[in-house]
Amino acid sequence: MSLLTLENVTLRFGGLVAVNNVSFHVGEGEVFSLVGPNGAGKSTIFNLISRFYDPAEGDIRFKENSILKMNSDQVPSLGIARTFQNIELFEQSTVLQNLLVGRHRHRKTGLMAELFFAPKVRDEERRHREVVEEVIDFLELQAYRDKYIAGLPYGVRKVVELARALASEPKILLLDEPASGLSVEETQDMIFWVEDIKKQMGITVLMVEHDMNLVAAVSDRVLALADGKELAIGTASEVQSHPAVIEAYLGTGERIGDDA
Amino acid sequence: MRFVFKRSYDADINLFKHKPQAMWYLALLALVVALPWMLDEFFLGEATNVLIWAIAGMGLMLLVGHSGQASLGHAAFMAVGCYANVIMLERGVPFILSLPLSGVIAGFAGVIVALPVLRLHGIYLAIATLAVSVLTEDFIVIAEPWTGGVVGLVAPPIDVFGLEIDRYGTPTEFYFLCLIVTLVVLAGYRNLLRAPLGRAFVAMRDSEISAQAMGVNIRRTKATAFGLSCAATGLAGALLGHYAGAFNHETFNLVLSIQLLLMIVIGGLGSIHGAFFGAMVIGLLPQFIAISRDGISSAFGLGSVTIPGIESGVFALILISFILFEPLGIYGRWVKIRTYFELFPFYRKDMFKRQKSYLKTERMR
Amino acid sequence: MDLLQLFISGLANGCVYGLIALGFVLIYKATEAVNFAQGDFMMFGAFVTIWLTNSEHLGINFWIAVPIAVIIMGTLGYLLDMVVLRRMFGQPQIAVVILTIALGFILRFAAGAIWAHEPQSLETPFAGKEVRLGSLVLGLEEVAVILVTVLLTLALYLFFNRAKLGIAMQAASQNQLAAYYMGIPVKRIQSLVWALGGMVAAIAGVLFASKGAIDPSTGLLGIKAFAAAVIGGFGSLPGALIGGIIIGLVEPFAAYGLPAGYSQIAPYAIMLLVLIFRPAGLFAQMQKKKV
Repeated sequence: MSLLTLENVTLRFGGLVAVNNVSFHVGEGEVFSLVGPNGAGKSTIFNLISRFYDPAEGDIRFKENSILKMNSDQVPSLGIARTFQNIELFEQSTVLQNLLVGRHRHRKTGLMAELFFAPKVRDEERRHREVVEEVIDFLELQAYRDKYIAGLPYGVRKVVELARALASEPKILLLDEPASGLSVEETQDMIFWVEDIKKQMGITVLMVEHDMNLVAAVSDRVLALADGKELAIGTASEVQSHPAVIEAYLGTGERIGDDA
Repeated sequence: MRFVFKRSYDADINLFKHKPQAMWYLALLALVVALPWMLDEFFLGEATNVLIWAIAGMGLMLLVGHSGQASLGHAAFMAVGCYANVIMLERGVPFILSLPLSGVIAGFAGVIVALPVLRLHGIYLAIATLAVSVLTEDFIVIAEPWTGGVVGLVAPPIDVFGLEIDRYGTPTEFYFLCLIVTLVVLAGYRNLLRAPLGRAFVAMRDSEISAQAMGVNIRRTKATAFGLSCAATGLAGALLGHYAGAFNHETFNLVLSIQLLLMIVIGGLGSIHGAFFGAMVIGLLPQFIAISRDGISSAFGLGSVTIPGIESGVFALILISFILFEPLGIYGRWVKIRTYFELFPFYRKDMFKRQKSYLKTERMR
Repeated sequence: MDLLQLFISGLANGCVYGLIALGFVLIYKATEAVNFAQGDFMMFGAFVTIWLTNSEHLGINFWIAVPIAVIIMGTLGYLLDMVVLRRMFGQPQIAVVILTIALGFILRFAAGAIWAHEPQSLETPFAGKEVRLGSLVLGLEEVAVILVTVLLTLALYLFFNRAKLGIAMQAASQNQLAAYYMGIPVKRIQSLVWALGGMVAAIAGVLFASKGAIDPSTGLLGIKAFAAAVIGGFGSLPGALIGGIIIGLVEPFAAYGLPAGYSQIAPYAIMLLVLIFRPAGLFAQMQKKKV
């Protein structure tokens, strides 16, 4: 069953066509990767799904229902969670507080109850904390729980971004370049985590990524984009060997001056 | 060095982190309650003044410190609360109703003001609220039949179930009235901060985009922040009306708005303590200046030197010193000192060093 | 004729607002800080000039006193930046705003302490003189205000868009670190901008005080200049002037047409409307950030 469907989506910024008639669907339980050079429109597609932009043409559907009429703050309630390429964490809060905000879509208490801190609010707080602790365990963030984001190294922040998205117990997770800026070991950890997310948690993953190791290791299907247009779709090895993709993005591995 | 061993999530959810902390605050409460028996009438009046400032400060702190929305116009909401309260009292509404209602009315006024300016950020929002403050001053004059125009109004005496509370006649009772309101606002504020809404405020402050991506409805959250903030400030305004006895549109002028903002910055932006520290500075400053002026005069044999407007000048100087040398405010300095003793001798220099954020134009928001 | 008189005096007032707004926008364009004390700078500049040239004080010739005052205010601006504002390097913008608010307080207090709180007026060579254009009679002061303002705006506009220094200033405001790496002496440029702001304020002060009385709290009309800058769009020099003129013109005509008490609201009401419906002002300079 297709969880997320993009159909003939087009977005223009003035004269620039950022996304040009792109269509694909993400099946439930699969890991789907978007690859391509910078400026290909990958993050833009994420921003379209998050409803920060409106497509000029086309439709975006979650489980057969169009989400184009929703606001960006209503999207999480569908079960869509995302991370940001350039880390948009809450700098002046602790890791724990960041993760708890990730639970916001599960908020069941209103203003009055919270002002008086009714028992229901306390129960909900405990429940939220339990879920968040499970995420902390999964991603091994225990040491950073009470630390302020502002003082954390880049690699840890990337993990917290992921944790925050997971804390909302999503059905589909949008990962925007989860391995960018990470070392080899950290990328290896990321591979394990994405595999666990897919197999143990049953969460569907839509990923934008440049690191072809990560893409090849975890993806079920890959879509290559360039200049807002689709280039090729298939398994990782199919896309990696596709001539158009090689020309636009991957390169052949030959170096200048090799042919002497 | 204290090591806190937590046995349940409640340790983080509760108001106090551990027993000793609760004990300290209880002692503080006892001191505050015992104040009327320790101070004479004049200083008790000063203490009451500090409490009123603290309530207004808490209101502004919620909006600026925790929700990240600039406001240079909060005096306007004090005015709304003050006038609403007195207008209701004059028409026979019992005080026990008019006080909370004036808060509610001020809160609604805040929401009404917030709705059109929701899209604005930073300096634009500050200017918009500034305009609101100036406009409110003028509206008060225009609405003369209700507000007494330029002449202003006189606050009627407070009658709570037969008990008459008057700022001069029964200073102790008035002090306790302000104390109760302070504690109520404080409790509500602390409850909010440990609940999802409080976290939503902070999220909105730090990154609107990702807050939206987490499900925070920015419009509604901003309007709520404004509403709650203005409600608290309105309560402070109502109490100020009774404290001052008589008031007019000039009592709630732009300078007051600015002083409120400067006050919470001095106290420490982003913390409830900051509101209280700032209130203490601004409430006690005139006395402090008067005492030191006499001290300096007698030390140098100068005779009395009165420089008009010295309070604002000194206040501004204090603010500048804080911004330059201790941007985290009085509370920030207090935390540093406390941490030093807690971690002794392992306190590391520059533990609280703020990461520099170099200017990148905000015109591309 | 009556309406025309209203128009000209409104225009002259508007030019003064415009000049103060110009100072705001100047500093904003180059440092992205809003100088809430700009009105107080103007007031201080006026007082310095009064002190230099008025017969009851130093009595220096007007045409010598004004440049001296301008230089003094420029130096004040430069020193202020060098001593106080440079330490704010790397701190969030809001801190600088609050700092300038406090600076305004201090300037007001200093002016009151030095020159007392009674209103004073500037003695100028064009007091009382008139200019005749056909059947029109205009006060020379008002004509002087309008002329000086327009020329100054033009000069500054050209400076920012053509002169190397001006472009460097704009670069410094758009990305400080990048400007540094490009070899632009950002800190010194910032001080120069503040000096420039101080000088513009001094000129505004001279023009204002030549038409009417001034006292330490006059700086608060800087808020109306704010409204001007907002309407014109923060970041646009000609916009600041036009915004000032709009407000300068609205005020007397509102007083003429609306019941008493409503005319005062006019500038702020307009500003609020602009903020709500077209926050970027008439000459928009804002765009959306890409995440």
